[in-house]
Amino acid sequence: MSKKKIMLGNEAIARGAYEAGVKVSAAYPGTPSTEISENIVKYNEIYAEWSPNEKVAMEVAIGASISGVRAMASMKHVGVNVASDPLYTIAYGGVNGGLVLVAADDPGLYSSQNEQDTRCVARAAQVPVLEPSDSQEAKDFMKYAFEYSEKYDTPVIVRTTTRLSHSQGPVTLEERAEVEDKVYERNVAKYVMMPGNAKNRHVFVEQRLKDMAEDGVNMPINRVEYNDKKIGFITSGIAYQYVKEACPNASVCKLGLVHPLPRKMIEEFAKNVETLYIFEELEPVIEEQVKSWGIKCIGKEIFTVQGEYSANMIREKVLGETLELKAPSTVPARPPILCPGCPHRSVFSVLKKLGIHAAGDIGCYTLGAVAPLSVVDTTVCMGASISTLHGMEKAKGKDYIKNWVAVIGDSTFMHTGVNSLMNMVYNKSTGTVMILDNSTTGMTGHQDHAATGKTLMGEPTNAINIYNLCKAIGVEHVVEVNAFDIDALAKIVKEETAREEVSVIITKSPCVLLKSNVFPNKCVAIPEKCKKCGACLKPGCPALTKNEDGTIKIDETMCNACGLCKTLCKFDAIEEVAK
Amino acid sequence: METKNIMIVGVGGQGTLLTSRILGGIAMASGYDVKLSEVHGMAQRGGSVVTFVRYGESVAEPIVEEGCADVIIAFERLEAKRYAHFLKKDGVMIINDQRIDPITVVTGAATYPEGIIEELQKDNKVFTVNAMEEAKKLGNSKVFNIIVLGIAAKHMDYSKEQWLQVIENTVPPKTIEINKKAFEIGYEM
Ligand SMILES: Cc1ncc(C[n+]2csc(CCOP(=O)(O)OP(=O)(O)O)c2C)c(N)n1
Ligand code: SF4
Ligand code: SF4
Repeated sequence: MSKKKIMLGNEAIARGAYEAGVKVSAAYPGTPSTEISENIVKYNEIYAEWSPNEKVAMEVAIGASISGVRAMASMKHVGVNVASDPLYTIAYGGVNGGLVLVAADDPGLYSSQNEQDTRCVARAAQVPVLEPSDSQEAKDFMKYAFEYSEKYDTPVIVRTTTRLSHSQGPVTLEERAEVEDKVYERNVAKYVMMPGNAKNRHVFVEQRLKDMAEDGVNMPINRVEYNDKKIGFITSGIAYQYVKEACPNASVCKLGLVHPLPRKMIEEFAKNVETLYIFEELEPVIEEQVKSWGIKCIGKEIFTVQGEYSANMIREKVLGETLELKAPSTVPARPPILCPGCPHRSVFSVLKKLGIHAAGDIGCYTLGAVAPLSVVDTTVCMGASISTLHGMEKAKGKDYIKNWVAVIGDSTFMHTGVNSLMNMVYNKSTGTVMILDNSTTGMTGHQDHAATGKTLMGEPTNAINIYNLCKAIGVEHVVEVNAFDIDALAKIVKEETAREEVSVIITKSPCVLLKSNVFPNKCVAIPEKCKKCGACLKPGCPALTKNEDGTIKIDETMCNACGLCKTLCKFDAIEEVAK
Repeated sequence: METKNIMIVGVGGQGTLLTSRILGGIAMASGYDVKLSEVHGMAQRGGSVVTFVRYGESVAEPIVEEGCADVIIAFERLEAKRYAHFLKKDGVMIINDQRIDPITVVTGAATYPEGIIEELQKDNKVFTVNAMEEAKKLGNSKVFNIIVLGIAAKHMDYSKEQWLQVIENTVPPKTIEINKKAFEIGYEM
């Protein structure tokens, strides 16, 4: 009997991988892709790991595929940039066991540093892309992806977006397919990409895309729904749902394969509808190709390349409806902030006091850029803090960076930061790197990594010691300090920034949201002792506010008793007591 | 049946996800098509969060569009005001009467608006509750969101037994009893 379950898009992707008989899954966390691995790990039949970064994850999956099993890697869109080197070349080599890369785009920038469109990468890498539009399809398309991967000898990208990954819908569960491992045979022409072999494979790749475009007409993931032919939409992914919501009676060409495009199907559809719209979030990937075939259609002239789409967008721009909407009220913004008791707040409060600028990185600590901390000056991509600081020094000299540090999280340091530190040692930097070690990948929801001592599958493992790692690279001066010992930290920062050699400060204190973290105590304010000086309020802990009379109060449901405010108070107006 | 549109708004960390999952679970158990849309990641760090639940015969998009919400469950006053324009004309708002200052207010860059509830009551059907107080009386402030859900439940077409069953199936086993109690408190209000 088939069973129905309501599933998150990402949970359905994991289920699809399971049903497709996947044996190996490698990933690095990144919103909105993280829950794929967190769900895959629930299936004992699959080996699943967090790799230190996306390039490694992709290569792990490639190795598993070459050995003959179905394998996958999953990551957020910017992770695909990191993994693009192996991706572009395995596109030539092809697969043995099916190989799928799940890439999660983020239109609307809910949790990312840019709004890039993976379909553009896929076109450049000449890799086919499947795009599901709800949880059921997310599961089904994973199975098609593995089938096509093996049939056409190609890695396949399954593209999802935040809205799909983080929406739930009903999914019909099926059994896991028992897929027999492929036999591995040595095949240098296919698996060793040196120029001579790659030349031949490039010919194969071009033909493969042509074949898929041709076959796409009959693929069940592409379909035409003819209704009223006055309006026709070509669409895919979550955008399809907005079309169905706003124009249930319009004709639709719904693409599941968005690269390469099933040209014949589109040409036929275009002939049959009066006005043709291309409704795709982000870049005009489908539109530009369709226009290049001489087909008249409307796309980015009226639909934006930014952010998410909606049914209301179609009602307004296509149907010409005037929507009587109330204007949103103007209310104070509520941006994300560091948690009460977050160790990063303590570190930034010290840096702020010392007037230090931080070349920042990506993680919860990026929030050190905003008021009241305002310490982080730059954020580009994972690992960039250390190398950008190095670049500043080489541009302006060592005195220029005397009041600068690089600030990077432990997970990000293991991701790519360590490469940049090697560069500092090699190229004689004098900069100071602060590794904010909170024993987890906080931003993406607390995943383990190479330095935490636990695998994705929950097993204890070797924890790479960050201190020893920095030493081994050749950093002479490595200091560890408790993130909440603000006096010691201030002293160390002054010493190390003054030093004319590369140095690393590792601030240690676990993320307060870690399950292993228990807080027996809470901090309470004693209003009678409060002199209203505001010293404790400076770091901006959300658990601390003022009473009407200006004395401070602590919200006991929020306080995690980190003690930072207590340390900052000179009048003993804050006390730590048992909960 | 027309598709029902529910929104849950609040501050990251207030348990909007659990509430939306209960709503999704009950729709599914009642044989409806259902879609939910949630917020994960960065915004959860104390930011403004919104989740959508839609159920009916057949549901296409997972989001509730402006001016279309039948019910808005707001876990915090300012967030109620922020999303009030999503409510449809005869929609209902259930507001947990709690104030959490956003950082913009803490730093003095903005002021927390006064009289939010009175203002919202002018144009909308609004129910309020100080669920935090009630939850503390129960001995676990975390279940305040289920109390609010209990109030909202009366504006949806499921029986109390159905709700209690879905709560049992959704919350962590150790917290079933207290969550059920919390729900009943809201439901009887
Ligand atoms: C290439 C890439 N992969 C993944 C992400 C998603 N991501 C953002 S921050 C982060 C890591 C945060 O962990 P850590 O550096 O330990 O800092 P914390 O959040 O714990 O403070 C990840 C995985 C990204 N932005 N870019
Ligand atoms: S999740 Fe952890 S690291 Fe991130 S802000 Fe909260 S306490 Fe800090
Ligand atoms: S001890 Fe003070 S700074 Fe730390 S979480 Fe509690 S109120 Fe915030």
